[in-house]
Amino acid sequence: MDSREKILDKYSSKVYKNRKEHVITIEEGEPNVIQADTRAIPGIMTNRGCCYAGCKGVVLSPLKDVAIITHGPIGCGYYTWGTRRHKAKGDENTQSFGEYCFSTDMQETDIVFGGEKKLKKAIKEVVEIFKPNCIMICSTCPVGLIGDDIHAVAAEAEELYGIKILAFSCEGYKGVSQSGGHHIANNGLMRSVIGTGDAEPMKYSVNLLGEYNIGGDGWETERVLKRIGYNVVSVMTGDGSYAELKNAHTADLNLVQCHRSINYIAEMMKTKYGIDWIKVNFIGLDGIKKSLRDMALFFNDPDLIARTEAVIADEEEEIAEGMAHYKTRLEGKTAAIYVGGSRTHHYINLLKTLGVEVVLAGYEFGHRDDYEGRDVLPSIKRDADSKNVESITVEKDPENFKSILTPERLEELNNAGVHLEEYNGLWSDINDNTVVTDDYNHFETEEFLKLLKPDIFFSGIKDKFLIQKSGVPSRQLHSYDYAGPYAGFRGALNFAKDITMAIYTPAWNLVEAPWKNTPTLEGSLGGTE
Amino acid sequence: MRQIAIYGKGGIGKSTTTQNLTAGLGLMGKKILVVGCDPKADSTRLLLGGLAQKTVLDTLREEGEEIELDAILKPGFRDIMCVESGGPEPGVGCAGRGIITAIGMLEQLGAYTPDLDYVFYDVLGDVVCGGFAMPMREGKAQEIYIVASGEMMALYAANNIAKGVKKYATTGGIRLGGIICNSRNVDGEKELVQAFAEELGSQMIYFVPRDNMVQRAEINKKTVLEFDDTAGQAQEYRNLATAINNNKMFVIPKPMKQDRLEEILMEHGLMDI
Repeated sequence: MDSREKILDKYSSKVYKNRKEHVITIEEGEPNVIQADTRAIPGIMTNRGCCYAGCKGVVLSPLKDVAIITHGPIGCGYYTWGTRRHKAKGDENTQSFGEYCFSTDMQETDIVFGGEKKLKKAIKEVVEIFKPNCIMICSTCPVGLIGDDIHAVAAEAEELYGIKILAFSCEGYKGVSQSGGHHIANNGLMRSVIGTGDAEPMKYSVNLLGEYNIGGDGWETERVLKRIGYNVVSVMTGDGSYAELKNAHTADLNLVQCHRSINYIAEMMKTKYGIDWIKVNFIGLDGIKKSLRDMALFFNDPDLIARTEAVIADEEEEIAEGMAHYKTRLEGKTAAIYVGGSRTHHYINLLKTLGVEVVLAGYEFGHRDDYEGRDVLPSIKRDADSKNVESITVEKDPENFKSILTPERLEELNNAGVHLEEYNGLWSDINDNTVVTDDYNHFETEEFLKLLKPDIFFSGIKDKFLIQKSGVPSRQLHSYDYAGPYAGFRGALNFAKDITMAIYTPAWNLVEAPWKNTPTLEGSLGGTE
Repeated sequence: MRQIAIYGKGGIGKSTTTQNLTAGLGLMGKKILVVGCDPKADSTRLLLGGLAQKTVLDTLREEGEEIELDAILKPGFRDIMCVESGGPEPGVGCAGRGIITAIGMLEQLGAYTPDLDYVFYDVLGDVVCGGFAMPMREGKAQEIYIVASGEMMALYAANNIAKGVKKYATTGGIRLGGIICNSRNVDGEKELVQAFAEELGSQMIYFVPRDNMVQRAEINKKTVLEFDDTAGQAQEYRNLATAINNNKMFVIPKPMKQDRLEEILMEHGLMDI
C-alpha cells in the first residue's frame, strides 16, 4: 500500500467513497483529476473557513479606507480583525481603519426584534466619528436567519450621508467554504465600486489582483514594479483603498496573483472593459522573472523590456549570495504545503530554487481549475451548493471599453509564451508521485506526517501546533508567523532565512513528553504485600 | 400543575377558545396562568378587558435584565394570571426566538408557582420553526390541544402540528390531548373532525358550535362567560372546560400522509362543497 492508500484505508466506506476523489497521487502522463469545492464531511475537522470569513476577512478587510461593519454578534467581527496580517498604511489623503474593528454586537433582543435599527445606528456612529468615504456591511449567520434587509439599510444610508455604502449578504453558512465569500465580495466590488472613478488613464498601468499584502508582500512587489516603470492603479486588496479601486477600470492590464479569490473580478473586467489579465506569481525567482517578462512583452516597449531585464539582474544580484548560502542548508529537504486556493502553487518554484522538494500539497478551498488548470472549466458541473452562491454577469461598457491588442499582436504573444486569460493550475509545477489532498483534515495531517516525514510543513494556524508538537517545524503561509514579506526578490531571501531557522531549530523534536518515559501511575500488584 | 399548549391554523379561533376555556376553568375555581405566545400580544385581551399589558420582550428590551414579575403578570377575569411574550413587528426579527427568550425569562422570574392548577400556552399558527415548538420542548407543556374546523386547510395544519407533537413526544414526553373543533358551520363537520382525530389516534374532545354571541362578547372585550353567562354558548365553553379537566386520553399522534388526509376529506364529502 502506498501512503495514499494507507490513509484512505482507515476511513469508513462512506467517508472513503468521498475522500478517495480528493486525495490523489500525481501520475506521470495521466490526466490527473481531483474532486474539489464540494462539501466537507461533517465531523472530519476540516481546515476550511466560512463564507463571511472569505468575504469580510479575506477580500474586503484589507481595503484600508473602508469602514467595514460586521453586522452580527461580536465574535465574527473580532476574530476576522487583524489576524491575517494584511498590512496597510494611511497617509494625508487616505484614511486607514486597520486598527479598528466595527461591529453591531448583536444581542438577543436584536435577534428577536430585528437588527436593522442597530445597524442604522452603527452606520450613523461610524459616519459621525470617522467620516469615511465608504462603508461596507457584512452579514453574519443570524442576520440571514432573521432576514434583516441590509441592502435596504445601505441604500437608505447612502442617500442620507452621501457616501458609498455597500452591503454583502455573506452569511457564514453559504456555500461549502470561504470560497463563496470571495465570489460575493468580488460581485459587490464589481457592481458598485470599480468603474465609478474618473481618473485619467496612465501609461503602463496595471492592477494587482489577489495580492493581500500579508507581511508586506504587496509593498515589495509594488516596489519592483515601480522601479521598472509601471503605474499601479489599484491593488486588490492588500493595502488597497476604495479611492484607488474606483479607477481600476483605467488600467491597461490586470495581474492576477491569487487565482481563486479574485479571478471573478479579472474575468468580469475583461468582459466589461476589455482589460486583459495574465496570471502572475511574484513569489519565487522563476515566478517573478516570468511574470515581469510577460508584462513587458504585453506592453511591447523596448525601453520597458530593457528596464525589466536590468531590474531583474540588479535585484537578483542583491540576493544571490544569500540564496546560495541558504540553498546549501536546504538542499535535499522535503516539504508539505497546504494553503488556500492559490498559495500552495505559488511557493513550489521558490522551494525548488532552494532545493526543497514538495512531497505533499493541497488546497483548502481551491476549485478544480486551481489544480488542473482552466481547461477543465467547461467540464465542472455546477451543483446545488455553487448555484446557491450569487453569480453575476456584466455587459460591455461601450464608453470605457478598450482593446489594446490587435489579433496579430495577440498571436505574437501566444507564440512568445505569454498566454492571456490562462492558468494551468497546480499541476503545471508539481512533480510526479506527489500526494495531493484537497480539503485536508487533521487526521490526514497526523498520518501524512508519519508516512511522508516532511522536513517542514507549511499551513495555517489551525493545524500549526499539532504539526509542531509532533516534532516537525511548521510555518504559517496565511500570516507568515509575524515575519515576511516573502514576495519579490528580497522576500525570497526572507523566506529562505526563515525556513532555514525553522528546520535547524527543531525545538519540539528535542523535548519528550514526560508521560512517554516516566510512569504517571503508581501502584502495587494485588496480594504481594 | 397541568401545562397545556393550544395550537392550530392562524385565524381558527385559538385565542378566543383558550380564553373562554380558561374562563370556564376559572369559574370552576382553578388557578390558571395564560401565556400568550404571539407577537401581536392579543391572547389575553378578553380576560383582561383590553390590551392592558406590557409584554415580556418589550420589558426586556426597555428595562434590560432588571424585570419584576409584577410588571408583566396581570390578573384578569377570575384572577386568571395573564402574560404576553410579545415579539417583533411584522416582517422583522425572529418571533420564534422571541418565544424561546420569553419563556426562559418567565422561568427565571419564577412565574410558574406550584399553586397553579393550569398553565396555558396560546401559540400562534403552525409549528413553523423551533421557536414555535418551544412550549412543546424541554418538558414545558405536557398536553397539546389542536383547534381545528372542518375546513381542509385547518386539518392540513392540524396534521402538521401533530407531526411536531410526535417529534417531541419521544424526547420531551408531550402528548396530544385531542382536537377541539371550533365550528365553521361546514356540512358534515363533526363527523369529519371526529374521523380525522381518530385517524391520528386521538379524539375530538369537544365540538364548539358557531354562535355570534362570541363576536358580541369580543367587541365588548370580554369572554362569553363574563359577558353573559346565561347564554347557550357560555354553557358550551363550560362543557369544554369540563371535558379538558376530566380528559384522560393522552396519545402520541400518528400524523397522516397527504394522500390519506385527502382520502378522509373525500370520504366525508368535503370535496363536493
